[in-house]
Amino acid sequence: MPAVIEMKGICKSFPGIRANDNINLTVEQGEIHVLLGENGAGKSTLMNILYGLYQPDEGQIFVKGKPVRISNPNIAISQGIGMVHQHFMLVQPFTVAENIILGKEPKKGTTLDIEKAIKDVEEISRKYELKVDAKAVVQDISVGMQQRVEILKTLYRGAEILILDEPTAVLTPQEIEELGVILKSLVSQGKSIILITHKLKEVMSMSDRVTIVRRGKIIDTLNTKDTNIDELAEKMVGRKVNLTVEKEEAKVAAPILEIKGLKVLDSRKLEAVKGVDLQVHGGEILGIAGVDGNGQSDLVQAITGLSKAEAGEILLNGKEITNLPPKDVIESGVGHIPEDRHKRGLVLNYSLAENSILGSHHSKRFRQGMGLSYLKIREYSKKLIKEYDVRTPNEKVMAKSLSGGNQQKLIVAREIDRDPSLCIASQPTRGLDVGAIEFVHKKLVELRDEGKAVLLVSLELDEIMALSDRIAVMYDGRIVGILDARDATEKKLGIMMAGGSSQNAE
Amino acid sequence: MESRMNEIKEDMIKTLKEIAYPLVAILISFIAGGILVYSFGKDPVVAYTALIKGSLGDWNKLGETLVTVTPLILTGLSIAFAFRCGLFNIGAEGQFIIGSIAAVWAGWAFAGLPAVLHITLTLLIGALAGGLWASVIGWLKAKVGSHEVINGIMMNYIAMYLSNYITMTLLNVPEKAYSVEIADTAKLWRFSQAFEQLKYSRLHIGIFFSLIVAVVAYYILNKTVRGYEIRAVGFNPHAAEYGGISVKKNIVLAMVISGLFAGFAGAIMATGVQYRVNNLFGFTGYGLDGIAVALVGNNHPIGVILSAFLFGMLQKGGPLMQIQGIPKEVVGIIQGIIILFVAANFVKVITEQIKQNKELKRSAGKGEVE
Repeated sequence: MPAVIEMKGICKSFPGIRANDNINLTVEQGEIHVLLGENGAGKSTLMNILYGLYQPDEGQIFVKGKPVRISNPNIAISQGIGMVHQHFMLVQPFTVAENIILGKEPKKGTTLDIEKAIKDVEEISRKYELKVDAKAVVQDISVGMQQRVEILKTLYRGAEILILDEPTAVLTPQEIEELGVILKSLVSQGKSIILITHKLKEVMSMSDRVTIVRRGKIIDTLNTKDTNIDELAEKMVGRKVNLTVEKEEAKVAAPILEIKGLKVLDSRKLEAVKGVDLQVHGGEILGIAGVDGNGQSDLVQAITGLSKAEAGEILLNGKEITNLPPKDVIESGVGHIPEDRHKRGLVLNYSLAENSILGSHHSKRFRQGMGLSYLKIREYSKKLIKEYDVRTPNEKVMAKSLSGGNQQKLIVAREIDRDPSLCIASQPTRGLDVGAIEFVHKKLVELRDEGKAVLLVSLELDEIMALSDRIAVMYDGRIVGILDARDATEKKLGIMMAGGSSQNAE
Repeated sequence: MESRMNEIKEDMIKTLKEIAYPLVAILISFIAGGILVYSFGKDPVVAYTALIKGSLGDWNKLGETLVTVTPLILTGLSIAFAFRCGLFNIGAEGQFIIGSIAAVWAGWAFAGLPAVLHITLTLLIGALAGGLWASVIGWLKAKVGSHEVINGIMMNYIAMYLSNYITMTLLNVPEKAYSVEIADTAKLWRFSQAFEQLKYSRLHIGIFFSLIVAVVAYYILNKTVRGYEIRAVGFNPHAAEYGGISVKKNIVLAMVISGLFAGFAGAIMATGVQYRVNNLFGFTGYGLDGIAVALVGNNHPIGVILSAFLFGMLQKGGPLMQIQGIPKEVVGIIQGIIILFVAANFVKVITEQIKQNKELKRSAGKGEVE
């Protein structure tokens, strides 16, 4: 029997980047095949080619042995290929059933036959054991269920081959486990699955075979049962990597940040932070774990003055900073590595030099007479670039011309070099490669060892567990529990992240 | 000291790079205009010779061209400055009108002051009036988020009718549709008073003022903390906010500074050329032309000076072209083509395309990644 998917000699270039270089990939009937690689390795490009979103410069695609030209997603769908994107593409105010049938609606005459739609959806839901509530509105259901809706959408269109792009990024550990079960059951009913990820643990627990992509090239294809995490990591990065963070025992000092009864509204005027009490001491890293959208971002925004606190107070070194404008918060000693470096962290059209003083541009040391001294600014920027190993031709290029990792290094450099007493690191390693992650982690630990307070917010549980001295779990706008990092296990945290108490987790 | 020189040198190169694309676009537009003239059965060389003769042919013509260029530089700067903060100050027209009427009032009301004091006060009041007028638009944008274009257009009408009302009542010359004339002490010094060559031109010292304002605008934008904040807000308000920059405050300030420039333009026209304000039947056009000037000048103060000069030339050279039998609408068409080319950023798109292709070929050849 021929392989369900065979991609031969696929090449794809973008300006300045060879995203796919002579890639050969074979996916067998009924297997879960992982594409493993770092961000920017070319995994998504390859899958977008398979789904018809990009056209390859060279190479051929065979579906069940027959050569096909997939020039748009409709052709891919008609060949039985379905894709679940990393960011869900659902209409929020529509019901589950309406979302699933969208684009392929059952009709009664000229009108939509919603009864049949609901029946169809319930039927495939039962058939593939993907539990969803057909009549629920998408914006009210959990992220895990939204993902099941996305999978059902592809199945409703008759997909035989499912591509899932980073499906676990938004899930709790328990939901990830559930997803694993779902995928196994789909495979047992004859589907084939391609999984894109950069998380090694998932490869080991979910896949039958794994193909490692690095810098646009296939490095190897292995049977999962014949390999291990260290081997995969080494092949993915291209060198031996240290997967753990080395740090000494925390020397905890007096509290630096104290939050009491904090309430924050989000942009829709709904309460996103519902009364948080928290202390972060000097010399410790406090990690906030939680599934995306449980109030972590709003908490950080309130501390940094970017959004208003409705109630409660925030103290820094004993002084109240509640609802101060961002400028005053910065000047009272808060460094902030923002979760979105393009939206908040950098002015992309500014040079690196100009970006290095964002937030401290009022400082006298960059002045000359009435104006700014660009000479002094550049000197300072050069210093940061050197000390934090930002790879750039010089400090005059625009921030947008740098890679994500180097952009992040510049932000980290700027925020740490300001010598803050509290550093808030939000998703500090999102989208970075392993090398850059190691670097950022090292810097945060150094800051802690200098006696500063570090508040780490991350969706990556591994990162939280590796770096933190204490871990606070946030669920639905509240801190549901604080654990000593030594007592924390993935299972305990997972239960708390889903709203369970730490007692249940015992 | 040497590093200081280096910095200036680098600034100049940067400036040149920023205005290089519009320069090429202008060149192409003139070629396109020439082809158009040729297709009418006329000689493009004759047309362009007439254009240049009409605008730069002798000292007086040059003088008159510069009379037009002066307010265009200022309104162009006004729009460019606001644009750097991400604002489209279409209200420059209204700020120009208010600047004019305020200057005429000051030039008339404070008669008797010594000349230097009077002229300074008059220009200052004109500029401040423009700034105040613009502050309304900025404040509305910052406070309630209403769009500056809508409010700007409405404020233009209010300015025009307010100016007409004052012209026909408080400052009216009986039986006439214009205002009183300003006192001699409030009039700008004209070159015709000292230079025989410029005897028939109204060229006044305001041209230097406009050049000084361009330098000031450049300095504020590129060399001060305020400029740093304004540009940061223009590029990325979220990052600016994160960096402790008040977005609202900078929007209002940028708008006020922009209005100061436009109001100053109005005051310069009142004190240097017209000495009074007429009852307007429509917009003066200086504020609106400023949009095109800023666009072609790539919103860069130095670019604005050059593009204001170009537009002044086109406006003043047109009539002589007509005498040569070439419809003066051709000038309008050339202006249109220039704006089209610049707005479509056509030259930049093409050159970047070529660059990209080259890079692609190179990296493909080497089989390189990244």
